[in-house]
Amino acid sequence: MPDSAPTKTVNLPGNHACALGAIAAGCRFYAGYPITPSSEVAERMSVELPRVDGVFIQMEDEVASMGAILGASMGGMKVMTATSGPGFSLKQENIGYAAGAEIPCVIVNVMRGGPSTGLPTRPAQADVMQARWGTHGDHPIVVITPDSVPEIYAQTIRAFNLSEQLRVPVVMLYDEALGHLIEQVSLSGSGDIEIANRKWAADPKPEFQPYASGDDLIPEMVRPGDGFRTHTTGLTHAENGFPTQDPELVDQYMRRILDKLEIHNALIESFEAIDTEDADYLVVAFGITARAARRAIKQAREQGVRVGMFRPITLWPFPVAAFESIVGGKHGVLIAEMNAGQLITEIERYRPAGCRVDGLNRIDGETITPRQILNSLRELADNE
Amino acid sequence: MAQIPESQQKVKFYQTGTFTVGNRLLDAEHRNVQATMDRCNSLDSGHRACQGCGEALGARFAIDAAMRASNNQLIAANATGCLEVFTTPYPQTAWSMPWIHSLFGNASAVASGIAAALKAKGREDVRVIAQGGDGGTTDIGFGCLSGTFDRNDDVLYICYNNQAYMNTGVQRSSATPGAARTATTMPVGKNPGNVFGTGKNVPLVAMAHQIPYVATASVHDLHDLEYKVTRAMEVRGARYIEIFVPCPLGWGSKPGDTVKLARLAVESGMYPLFEAEDGEITGVTKIRRHVAVSEYLKLQRRFAHVFKPDNAHQLEQLEAIAERNIRRFDLVSAEGEEE
Repeated sequence: MPDSAPTKTVNLPGNHACALGAIAAGCRFYAGYPITPSSEVAERMSVELPRVDGVFIQMEDEVASMGAILGASMGGMKVMTATSGPGFSLKQENIGYAAGAEIPCVIVNVMRGGPSTGLPTRPAQADVMQARWGTHGDHPIVVITPDSVPEIYAQTIRAFNLSEQLRVPVVMLYDEALGHLIEQVSLSGSGDIEIANRKWAADPKPEFQPYASGDDLIPEMVRPGDGFRTHTTGLTHAENGFPTQDPELVDQYMRRILDKLEIHNALIESFEAIDTEDADYLVVAFGITARAARRAIKQAREQGVRVGMFRPITLWPFPVAAFESIVGGKHGVLIAEMNAGQLITEIERYRPAGCRVDGLNRIDGETITPRQILNSLRELADNE
Repeated sequence: MAQIPESQQKVKFYQTGTFTVGNRLLDAEHRNVQATMDRCNSLDSGHRACQGCGEALGARFAIDAAMRASNNQLIAANATGCLEVFTTPYPQTAWSMPWIHSLFGNASAVASGIAAALKAKGREDVRVIAQGGDGGTTDIGFGCLSGTFDRNDDVLYICYNNQAYMNTGVQRSSATPGAARTATTMPVGKNPGNVFGTGKNVPLVAMAHQIPYVATASVHDLHDLEYKVTRAMEVRGARYIEIFVPCPLGWGSKPGDTVKLARLAVESGMYPLFEAEDGEITGVTKIRRHVAVSEYLKLQRRFAHVFKPDNAHQLEQLEAIAERNIRRFDLVSAEGEEE
């Protein structure tokens, strides 16, 4: 996109909006591997990147795709890859490396039914837990779940900003239905987009400590060729970048990479609350399911049941403070998700005493309908 | 280099153009499996492959030949891909043999495990094949495949090469030829389509593992294909056969041209047919009527851009590949010409 690009409105499928959002955010490197239902992200990137002097590489498998974007990110570029469940599983070790070595990157997971090859062409929301805990060990990660094509565009830009600012892998998590849904999107003019970049280290002194940070807990990144001598490793490392097993230094490192998300929570947290103030009941839903919930809460109100909706946009870290302030005083919560009950554990953790929590779970490869949510809401209201 | 004995095809009278020999003209022992009572329809009719699918044709002949060679004691591990997708969803389920869908990249490893278990249980009469497309073989499955070769596991791996990821919508694979248009190598810029000088020749890579048997085959010569599968089944250890299977959908060709394209690829030198034992080439199929590379390319929309004047260099690069194949495998020689 040339610098002078004006705002224009186009019809796009979600996967193309994701690609264009990435380009707008400054992504100039994409490595990927074909997998349904995410392949359109790669296809669009293969067309868009050469136009902006970016690099598109189709790698030989999912692991290589993830490795390549980490290399390119350390090489100084903003990077992205896209995949779906089976590929997301394969990428996990590399995602852990990105979290541990603090390499900015955006990973798109267009969710399909699982486990294993599962339902390649059908939507699901069953990677909620994998997105958070897919790789081993305690690790920081940010997961964003848009619910519309315009939001995929906007949140992809935000995903890059968060990843660059916090030096953390960011997962864009949406389902097949949104990936292939076509909606109108206003592509921002380049001047209208807020772009955040990583902090670059400026002074290549011999005593430079690549993993030392200030109060923000985020170390500066080193641009290759700037004269720094650095050491990057997946082993637990001290501030000088070298591996260590010293309990004190290990503890310091672990707490810093975990705490950095906590202290920047204001930047990360995002959610939508609809009609929650006077509501007796709350629907919690995200992604495609939130669209059905919007209609269901309207219908419920027409029938005299006062319902609101809480929609996490940043799914992980879960917007706990926002949820707790909204759920207080509610009689019941319905959590609708296209899995066997994953986000419900988080809701149950933070529900107030006396608040009933029901799950509405669909695991047949179809989206949840407004009627299903309405029926579950009435059941919740009747039995509460 | 020795030529493949033409035992499969002795009949040469009144052939015009196609070189196809009807089974009825052959001695009973030279007829292909499909023309005998031995055929077992391991890949049965009713599946949902596209019209003119080269892979469906190749798989049916290859596996029936393997079934005959193993007295119908055959298990197949199948990678994710077109073959898996078009043959399995009920009610288009087309396999009448024990068949395991593994994942995208691990068919050869799963097959290695099956073979090892059968050996441990003393059931080496049951034979194992693994199969996949070029993406599942040359890209994501390459590491596992190399391991199977390295350990010389008793597995015949069949790769159906249609030169791209057709199942996910025609993206480039490392078997995609230079200049070819795919969904991720669009014909734009100075060098439109796939880049030259990349990709893997997995039959040669397999030979570098010194495995007992490696061959290439094509769906235009089904006698030769069956002969090679049968030959592979006579051997124990890791074996690799790559079958050239045109894809009308991905190549932008007419469904009725599938066999013709396979023949033109071979006769132009773009796809050499050979076999190798223990890392050494033991036979090549000579080109009987050499055709220009452009004859092969012009039937495919994926190469349409190479005929534009600006892209003449791409046509030359493709022709150079064919010339190199002809030189390397000695594909054209006096006795190979039309008699």
